[in-house]
Formats: sequence, C-alpha cells, structure tokens
Amino acid sequence: MKALRSLLLCGLIAAGLVFPARSASLVADLSNHLVAITSGFVGVDVLLFGTVDEPGDIVVVVRGPERAQPVLRKSNVAGLWINTARMTFESAPAFYFIASNRPLEEIAEPSVLSANQFGVAHLQLGLPPGRAGGRAAQEWREALIRNKQRQGLYVREPAGISILGQRLFRTSVHLPSNVPPGLYRAETYVLQDGQVVAAQTTPLSISKLGMEADLFSFAHEQPAAYGAIAVLAALMAGWLAHLLFRRN
Amino acid sequence: MQIYLPIAEVSVNVFLLLGLGGIIGFLSGVFGVGGGFLMTPLLIFIGIPPPVAVATQANNVIASSVSGCFSQWSRGNVDFKMGLILLVGGFAGSTIGVALFSLLQSLGQIDLVINLSYVVLLGTVGTLMLIEGARALLMRRRKVTAGKLHTHNWLHGLPLKTRFRQSRLYISALLPFTIGFGVGVLSAIMGVGGAFVLVPLMIYLLGMPTAIVVGTSLFQIIFVSINVTFLHAIQNQTVDVVLALLLTVGGVIGAQYGSRAGAKLPGEALRLLLGILILAVAVRLSLELIVPPEDIYSLGTPS
Repeated sequence: MKALRSLLLCGLIAAGLVFPARSASLVADLSNHLVAITSGFVGVDVLLFGTVDEPGDIVVVVRGPERAQPVLRKSNVAGLWINTARMTFESAPAFYFIASNRPLEEIAEPSVLSANQFGVAHLQLGLPPGRAGGRAAQEWREALIRNKQRQGLYVREPAGISILGQRLFRTSVHLPSNVPPGLYRAETYVLQDGQVVAAQTTPLSISKLGMEADLFSFAHEQPAAYGAIAVLAALMAGWLAHLLFRRN
Repeated sequence: MQIYLPIAEVSVNVFLLLGLGGIIGFLSGVFGVGGGFLMTPLLIFIGIPPPVAVATQANNVIASSVSGCFSQWSRGNVDFKMGLILLVGGFAGSTIGVALFSLLQSLGQIDLVINLSYVVLLGTVGTLMLIEGARALLMRRRKVTAGKLHTHNWLHGLPLKTRFRQSRLYISALLPFTIGFGVGVLSAIMGVGGAFVLVPLMIYLLGMPTAIVVGTSLFQIIFVSINVTFLHAIQNQTVDVVLALLLTVGGVIGAQYGSRAGAKLPGEALRLLLGILILAVAVRLSLELIVPPEDIYSLGTPS
C-alpha cells in the first residue's frame, strides 16, 4: 500500500500538479524497465536518459522497495562478540542510488535536499518515533547506511550525469548481483535556482525469472511439497550413488 | 561460471561448489565419515547464509547416508530395534531443534549458536583425533589388549530394560532414546548427520559391537535428516535444492575416488591430517567470535 501511495504521489508530481507555479517539460526513460535475475545474473547497468526543454540541474534517484530493516549491534560478552542490541528501521529502501550533474550541495539548500531525500544523509528510514532522536539514533542510522554501502546497495558518492547541449542528459545506474527483487522507482528531477521545477517517475521492475523464481516461490508458497521433493530428490541421489558404487 | 542460488539468494561459482562437494566427498570416502561437519562451515566461509547452509547440508546428508546404509544393510549390519528407538529420540530432538532454530533466528542469535556449536564440537573432535593419531603413530608396534566387552555401572540400573538381540545387549531403552534425542538437536542446529558423535556414544556408552554401529547409526541419520530437512523447509524455507544438487554431484564423484585412495594411503598419517584440518576450521570459526569485528553493527534479515 505504502509503495502504491508514494507511486501515486510521484505520478502527481510528474503530472505537474504539485508544482503548478513553474514547470519545465521533462521526458526521461530507462534503457530497460525489467531486469531479470536469472541463474547467470552478475549485476547489470541500466541507462537512464532524457531531455529537458529548459536549462537546469538534473538529479536522478533510484529507490528499491521499502522494507523493515533490522540492524544488530555486537558487544563483547565474556570475550565473545555477540549481537546484544537491535533496532528496526520501519521503511528503509532496499536500494538507493543518486546521480546529479554537479555536487548536490551546489544545486540546492539542505532544506530542499532533505525534503526530496536527495543523498543518503537525507534518507527517511522510519525510525520508531520514541527512539528517533539523539546521538544513539544517529549512530544506528549511520550503521545502516554504512552496511548497505558495503553491500553495494546504497550509493557511496552521488554518480555523475552528463548533459549534452543543455537538453539531453544521461546516467548509468549500476545494479549489483545482490540487488533485491521488487518494484523500483527511477525518479528524475529538474531543479532551477535550487527548487524542483519538474519531476518524473519511471517504474523499474527487478524480478527473479525462470527456474530460480519458480523454485523460490514454490519453496515459500508450498513449503511442505517443496520439502517433500527436496527429501525425495536426496533419497534418489543416494540410491543412484549406491548403484554406481556397487557397479565399480 | 556463476550460478544464482534461488534460496540462498547469492551468486556462487559452480565449479567452486562442485569442487567443495568433491573434496568433502573425497575425505568422507577416505575416512568413512559423513563430512557434514566440515561442509557447513565451508559453505558459511564462501558466503552462504548460515541458516541456508545448515538446512541444505541436512538435505545433503540424506543422500550420502542412504547410499552408505544400503551397503551396510545388505551385509546385515543394521540393528533395526536399536535404530528405531534411536530414531524416536532423534525425531523428538530434531523437531525441538528446528523449533529452537526458528526461535534463535527471530532473536538474531542463530549465527552465534551455529558458530559456537561448531567451535566446541570441531575443537573437541579435532583435538581427540590429533591425540589419537599421534599416539597411533608413536605406538604402532604396541599390541592392543582386549578389554571387557562392557562394564556395568549406574546406567544399567535405569528402568525400561529391553533386549537388543542383534547388538547382544540388555539395556534400558531410555539410553538410546536420550542419545538419539541429543544427536537430533545437533542435527537440526548444525545440519550434520552426527555420526561422529553418535558412533562413539554407541560404542562406548551403549557397548554395541562395532560392526553393527555404522549401519545402525546411518539408519537413524537418514530418517532424522529427512525430518530436519522437511521441518526446515516448512518453518524456515532455507533448503536450497540447487545448492544441494551441486554438492551431491561433487560429493558422489569425490567419494568414489576417496574410497579408492583410502585403501592405498597410510591411514594414521591421514587421520592426523584430518584432525589438523578440523582444528583449523574450528580456529577459523572461533576467530570470528574473538577478534573484534570491523564493524560492530550488521544488518538483520529484512521483512
């Protein structure tokens, strides 16, 4: 539901309803709307390109589906490093990528960056209300971002966008091999004088396809049948091995 | 060549998995051990999530113990009555073990418990093998004196005494039940068959004849690992059939060569080597617990 609502909101933004005062005409698209995770998947680069009719700054954000993400903290208990504390962020995007044609802080004021969640520092991760303040909360937040960056799922530094003749722009979005499946959003923003004047959202679906997808959904939807088949396959394999051994 | 494992959700090199299965299969062929206790830690080292490594290895144990049990059965080396009582205990133990596994997983402590269990078990087994191997090398000439078949102690005062004809034993049924239970719990949490715990207990605690021990333990292990695999599939959805298949293929081929090589190689030196290998894995696992982590924060499974 939440994803649907934010998609709808982005649709409104795209339709220009939210920014009626000024508008620039923007068209953007992805080279690929469906990324299939198959057995040989090692990651992929998706090209985002588009055109804008007025000069301005371009910011591209690609976000994965939002999920509840627990973060664990270890401490030393009797000589062993053990997870002793946990904090769950209610709505952390599974993937976050941002690109801009020049450094974000040159494009807009921090308040604008924050309102649009431009940059990992401005991501809204959904900390439980009672625990959202203070230095500890900041540490948990940084820990989540740092770990996600280490996995290659959050961008470390904003990527670049090349602009041709003030009209055409393009950037390449790298999706690593461990990219979680789900419905992604590629958001393209045009900023003039530090304000968003146009935006467009393009959906990007990342899904497992082929045998892998079938096995995964089978294992989760009919676990008893899946377990029975796994057991039977192993019994067969053992029996076959026995026959092979005996022949030799 | 990379392959995407559907349940583990990671890309791994096919030949790495086949090779791993082959090496463990080779070792199990040479030493006549299951090898699950080495496979699960190795799978974790190459980046398979520990819960998937454990459940998938349990699936793998079925295949390797079925082929072993067939050949023991054909030689009449299975005590079915003893096996059944071990099995009843094993079912109870593994069912509770899988439930415990789910609970620990939701608490975020399952990796720790898997790791600790392996450090303790591999550390003990590795040390014993080293001592045993060193002693065998040093005292090769010494003649073994035959001891009593078994000694009487308080264990023989337990109720529910039962006669096990094939094992030539008259002991309390509670003993095999308890042993089966304990090994069942181990099997559920560590994904091992448990032969390396079960076999010594059956020989030294129950006093079973050695010839019957292997077949009977395999009989119990087959059904307990079926239970473990099935329950992990239902409760945790962590059995990866693609991973299991690759490991089994490698394992079958490796075991072929292993059992041939085992006949030619010097047994005592090999045993010493296996002991060192097991200890090395235990040390590597314990370092993860002792050395301060690079980042004390880590991510849990998202929902």
